[in-house]
Amino acid sequence: MIAGASIWPERLSGEALIRLLALLLALGLLVVGLLFPLAAMLVKSVQDRAGDFIGLANFARYVQTPALAGSIVNSLTVALTSTVIVVGLAFLCAYGITRTCMPGKRLFRMLATLPILAPSLLPAISLVYLFGNQGWFREALMGESIYGPIGIVMGMCFWIFPHALMILVTALANSDARLYEAAEALGTPKWRSFLTITLPGARYGLISCAFVVFTMAITDFGVPKIIGGQFSVLATDVYRQVVGQQNFQMGAVVSVILLAPALVSFAVDRWIQRRQVAQLSARAVPWQPSPSPLRDWTFAALCYGVAAIILTVIGTAIYASLVQFWPYDLALTLEHYAFEALAGGGWAAWFNSLTLAFFVASIGTLVIFFNAWLIEKSDGYRALRQGLHFLAMLPMAVPGMVLGLAYIFFFNQPDNPLNWIYGTLIILVLNTLVHFYTVCHLTSVTALKQLDPEFEAVGASLKVPFWTTFRRVTLPVSLPAVLDISVYLFVNAMTTVSAVVFLYTSDTRLASVAVMHLDEAGYFASAAAMAVLIFFTSLAVKLAHAAISHLLLTRAQRWRQAS
Amino acid sequence: MSLFSRSLLAAAVGLAMTTGAQAATELTVYTAVEADDLQKYAARFELAHPEIEIKWVRDSTGVITARLLAEKENPQADVVWGLAATSLLVLEEEGMLSRYAPEGVEALDPKFVDPAIREGKDPAWVGMDAWVASICYNTIEGERLGVPKPSSWEDLTRPEYEGHVIMPNPSSSGTGYLDVASWMQLWDEQGGWDYMDRLHQNIARYTHSGSAPCNLAASGETVVGVSFAFRGARLASQGAPLELVFPEEGVGWDMEAAAIIEGSDRREAAETLLDWAVTEEANALYNEGYAVVAYPGVAEPIENYPENITELMIEPDFNWAANHRERLLGEWQRRYDGKSDSQ
Repeated sequence: MIAGASIWPERLSGEALIRLLALLLALGLLVVGLLFPLAAMLVKSVQDRAGDFIGLANFARYVQTPALAGSIVNSLTVALTSTVIVVGLAFLCAYGITRTCMPGKRLFRMLATLPILAPSLLPAISLVYLFGNQGWFREALMGESIYGPIGIVMGMCFWIFPHALMILVTALANSDARLYEAAEALGTPKWRSFLTITLPGARYGLISCAFVVFTMAITDFGVPKIIGGQFSVLATDVYRQVVGQQNFQMGAVVSVILLAPALVSFAVDRWIQRRQVAQLSARAVPWQPSPSPLRDWTFAALCYGVAAIILTVIGTAIYASLVQFWPYDLALTLEHYAFEALAGGGWAAWFNSLTLAFFVASIGTLVIFFNAWLIEKSDGYRALRQGLHFLAMLPMAVPGMVLGLAYIFFFNQPDNPLNWIYGTLIILVLNTLVHFYTVCHLTSVTALKQLDPEFEAVGASLKVPFWTTFRRVTLPVSLPAVLDISVYLFVNAMTTVSAVVFLYTSDTRLASVAVMHLDEAGYFASAAAMAVLIFFTSLAVKLAHAAISHLLLTRAQRWRQAS
Repeated sequence: MSLFSRSLLAAAVGLAMTTGAQAATELTVYTAVEADDLQKYAARFELAHPEIEIKWVRDSTGVITARLLAEKENPQADVVWGLAATSLLVLEEEGMLSRYAPEGVEALDPKFVDPAIREGKDPAWVGMDAWVASICYNTIEGERLGVPKPSSWEDLTRPEYEGHVIMPNPSSSGTGYLDVASWMQLWDEQGGWDYMDRLHQNIARYTHSGSAPCNLAASGETVVGVSFAFRGARLASQGAPLELVFPEEGVGWDMEAAAIIEGSDRREAAETLLDWAVTEEANALYNEGYAVVAYPGVAEPIENYPENITELMIEPDFNWAANHRERLLGEWQRRYDGKSDSQ
């Protein structure tokens, strides 16, 4: 009886009705923006060109075409190699940050996030200048070509490293000093306590990190597009089938195949999250590293080395965008920033990207945070709320290429009532919002879980409608998290290529896509210039965000320090 | 959204649409014209016809062709302005072109007009200019690496060129396809495949666009780029250490042409664009990049082009190249696709 009452309030008051409607709207967003398009794609993969059902014939043809099926092995090879390198390196750097007294931690962490601000096309362009046939370090490859697996792995490592580092820093940050003290008292050697305490403690973070890195590496499109040369991978195959040959059915088949590893990785990650119980009991004493010059400077050297590589790659792109005619005329010029006469849409594309990023960041932040709040802080409708939470987690498992293609299939049907958004900026906003939904949702949930549920209860007992509680209390209190989400969405909307590459039109060309087109047409310097422009735009927004957060934390959020 | 703001939005959209209609008719034009010239083409045309605004959709020849074919049932393009004749012939075969005789078409060199005009029909397409295959050779890298300047297609199969040759993928690039088609015409089909089998041994990679090989030669990433004369001449005048080679066996070429797409509901504007596309003025515009244009007597010599370029151009069989396009590209992919850029 009581449970029944909580699921279905006796009378659906106006407020409860609005709450239900809001939940259903959130459901509608994810169903229309995610489930329906994916379903349309699955259907397409078992149809022929005329739209008749042909079972798995497309898949059979895929397997029988060596040029296509070979991409599976290629993709797995580069993704696994990148995973081993990135996780290893990020673990060492995270260890340096959390478990040593190395100097310059904050500076390193700042530099290490820089790659996130650039499209993944940027490192690929830089690598051509560094290791191409005219590159400064071409001898380092010992005759191997940068166009291919070597270049892809290097580009991926650069671009994915910050993500891995963040996960592992979090995983290593929680430690119980009592365990180490006990080990020391028992005379356990350092390497042994590393193997028996540190590693097991971070094992979930490590596994989770490995899967995130693997998923990013196998689904990335920008790096292999620029530097893959003759080495084709699944993500570039989707593009080639769809754009190059307009073979949408085969594009759908490759997408389904690309979806598989991402879904497996998603499932494993979910499973781990459930198993990860609080290792940190209330009595745990945070472990503080004590100085040890040899160890500290070893890790510092490693981290600074990584930072130097990051700065070199970004610096190379900037330099490449300024050189008159590389490598024969090294005079500096701003000419390559005059995109107007070239492919890709020029400054208008940059402005479109800015508009897109603005709308995704503003609308996306509100919608995602409000939905998370509905899911987290509502009474009743448990099944609905759980379903919503699952749907909110799903976008992480859907590669951008797949989502973009799925949108063509779903929204370009003439009888779809939403057909009118096809070819407009709206579809780009919706697509980008859904594409990056999960991380924002998780950030919101984490922030909301820190809030006392009493807020809602008090609001209700004061007969204040729930949206007022949300607007007056929850939202302001969660402002730091909300700002984090908006800047995350902004930067990703600026840099993403994979999903939007199928959805832009001549009126809605984007800067990130322009980088690709400039490179395709052979304007390498201008491609670098556009990538650099995106990087500095993201950097400016990131810096503004840091300044605003700082201001807010010192002024409006003073209550936080009090507690 | 409240009813009020909704009707406000509707009014605003309506207003925007009517003022847009008064200002200019938007014409969707598919093209494979080189991107650095696209703005110029639109600007010159819109100068003459401010009532029409061109919305470009540009990509490489193969991509635009595939896209037009894919959209056959529901065409998005009104006009094609600047696409290979071999592609337009494929579209004509599919019944996708709408016949129209632009005003003044009789002034053009008959070679550049759909032969149907001789049977008294309106032409399905009209030519603009010839774009000619050419090899871009980087003199600095050639000397440094000991790769001599080639003088013939056959030279490129010699062992010293191994790994130093880049050419466009014919599936995506019109330049790539005209190379393949011209080799088949020079040496018949079997001879063409034999040649490409040998050439393939030396190819470093196949690129998405026809410009890219020459751009890569210009920046020293490769020594030899199989490309087309327009790009090579332009890069050389920008200061690239390039020499253009027109192989002695003869060079293939394709015609850039224009046509109206069947089913366009902006017929009047489409006809206006085609009328303009055959004018002397338009041909002078084409001549800024291409040495051979459709309007007789317009062409001025271009820097870095050989004077005798017309003598080097083979007599192409566009119909043959169009009719066998799908089969040849399929066979090409089967043989060589492993070395292609992801397009």
